[in-house]
Amino acid sequence: MGYQNIFTQVQVRSVPEMGVALPPGNWSRDGTPSYNWLMGKIGEAQIGPFYLGRLGLASLFLGFLAFEIVGLNMWASVNWDPVQFLRQLPWLALEPPSPKWGLKVLPPLAEGGWWLIAGFCMTTSLILWNIRIYMRAKALNMGTHTAWAFASALWLMIVLGFLRPLAMGSWSEAVPFGIFPHLDWTAAFSIRYGNLFYNPFHCLSIVFLYGSTLLFAMHGATILAVGRYGGEREIEQITDRGTASERAALFWRWTMGFNATMESVHRWAWWFAVLTTLTGGIGILLTGTVVDNWYLWAQEHSYAPLYPSTGTIDPATLPGVVK
Amino acid sequence: MTKTALLTLAAAGVLLAGCERPVHDTAQIGYRGTGAEGVIRTSLETKLHALNVVPPPPYDLPKDEGGPRAAQEYQNVKVLGDLSVDEFNYTMAAITAWIAPAEQGCNYCHNPENMASDAVYTKVVARKMLQMTRNINSNWTTHVKATGVTCYTCHRGNAVPKYVWNETPDRFATMGLKGNKHGQNTPSPVTAFASLPYDPFTPYLLKANQIRLAGPTADTTRRNVSMASAEGTYGLMMHMSNSLGVNCSYCHNAGNFQSWRLSRPQRAVAWYGIRMTRDINNNYVNAVGYVMPANRLGPLGDPYKVNCTTCHQGVYKPLYGVSMLKDYPGLRAPHGTVVNAPAENADLRGQAAADEAAGDVATPAAPAARPATPLTPVSFTR
Repeated sequence: MGYQNIFTQVQVRSVPEMGVALPPGNWSRDGTPSYNWLMGKIGEAQIGPFYLGRLGLASLFLGFLAFEIVGLNMWASVNWDPVQFLRQLPWLALEPPSPKWGLKVLPPLAEGGWWLIAGFCMTTSLILWNIRIYMRAKALNMGTHTAWAFASALWLMIVLGFLRPLAMGSWSEAVPFGIFPHLDWTAAFSIRYGNLFYNPFHCLSIVFLYGSTLLFAMHGATILAVGRYGGEREIEQITDRGTASERAALFWRWTMGFNATMESVHRWAWWFAVLTTLTGGIGILLTGTVVDNWYLWAQEHSYAPLYPSTGTIDPATLPGVVK
Repeated sequence: MTKTALLTLAAAGVLLAGCERPVHDTAQIGYRGTGAEGVIRTSLETKLHALNVVPPPPYDLPKDEGGPRAAQEYQNVKVLGDLSVDEFNYTMAAITAWIAPAEQGCNYCHNPENMASDAVYTKVVARKMLQMTRNINSNWTTHVKATGVTCYTCHRGNAVPKYVWNETPDRFATMGLKGNKHGQNTPSPVTAFASLPYDPFTPYLLKANQIRLAGPTADTTRRNVSMASAEGTYGLMMHMSNSLGVNCSYCHNAGNFQSWRLSRPQRAVAWYGIRMTRDINNNYVNAVGYVMPANRLGPLGDPYKVNCTTCHQGVYKPLYGVSMLKDYPGLRAPHGTVVNAPAENADLRGQAAADEAAGDVATPAAPAARPATPLTPVSFTR
């Protein structure tokens, strides 16, 4: 029988794989495993068992609370009309408290109190989920790379919703929950602070984001291209080494003079992904706390060109003008 | 197969139904490489040109040969009293055609038994509006230039201009959760269907809330501008963009919206426009609200007020910059007089004179068959 890829996969139905025994102090894995033919077309056909655990349970519970608080607030804002809830859903939001509340805990529920509670539930839920990822990796004697990568994403989220508002002295600086509202907030944020594209950490974040997609495409393409030689099963030091890895390395040395190794390419990808949100978070945290107008900052640091003036004068600076 | 193709086509139709027809031109209107492009929506412009045609005068403007003044001939003429009797009647005829419902004519404002009477409320409103028009044409030339405005600029044949607004009850802080959108997050044409605050008029075109966002220095010297007010400003800008049928770069350089030295001169014209609108809403429209009947008032009892759309109606210059004022000189305050001028406006008049001297005067022209470009391409040598 030839090697199986996504197109030639043979789905086996047998006694399910239950996983290694769990160390003492762990919950048991839940659920009777089942098989799903469609899932087997894109991955492993066996579904479950699933490890819930205390952290998972608490995380799901808090996540559910956050989701419900946001959803019910949105629904209430259209007078509990189910049709309008669906029609206007992209516009609806749970807004943070208005500027007059500063950092007060807890403002009235209808004036941002629910936002604070939903934000707390969501943030705690995600942090607990990340600890759970860490613990499960430990339980399998794996490295904890996944948890640290997720922590980097959480860093950006926590800066936006908690640390920067804290530094600015007002919850109103935070992002609303909502589809269009959070996008409009993002555009307004850039305009408010003189164009975020001139924020060097934003630049770094974009470099790593686009770099991540490039690396992902290069690596994915390379491995798929040598799949006919079993490339995905090879590493350089494997005992029974074939020709795939050799070809892949040669391909990149030919085309750009340098090749990553089978191991290093994964470090490249991991760091690019992690640095995207790490640098992004730094950029957001500096905005408004240290720098108010990124365009002018970029001018002062010879980082953006000084374009010729159009000769337009701010009317507010003219003497005797009605302000 | 055909069925699938048809379904795909239908789905594409549904998904793209909200989009504008993809017929537009762009012109470079600023320094190269800065994305300073003006978008001209060709199909829309054709429609707008048809809607923005200046009506002809009722008859030829009577020459002022120095006869008796309207104030001498008629009673209770408080604004246009300095016109000759013939020009006064000519102006009245034009105003009737522009505003009064056809079946009512003069009687829409006048008591036919006694034309001098102020008994009909619309006459009191009309007088205030004439004062306003003269104020705009004399003291706000920073915005209206020599093109000026007439009653038609807003009214367009309607007793009440088509594009007006009212204050909405600001009860969001006390109304609880039910039905409370905090004045935003609603699909509204005012903000071009963004989720931004949908009443940018009360804070910025009636009150004088701060519109400016980023500070004049790179560091955080102006921290008092919150994200909430940034969204408010953004909403106002969407209204202005909508009203004038232009994109952001008609006035701003998107590289930095704040910088005046990167902005086009149109931004300064718009700046004066915002102040002019506040002047109109506070000192003229609201000031005459006391005579209005209930059907002419909003939910809070305020009269219908103006915003950018009231005059512009989707066009970068109302009526494509064709000056009607030249045919109705009575709507400009007589030379040497100043009507209701606040003292601070003294410098604006100087500025206006400079603008006129610099030849910044719209040329009256018949609407072209193909839309004229509102955006003159500029080339920079540096």
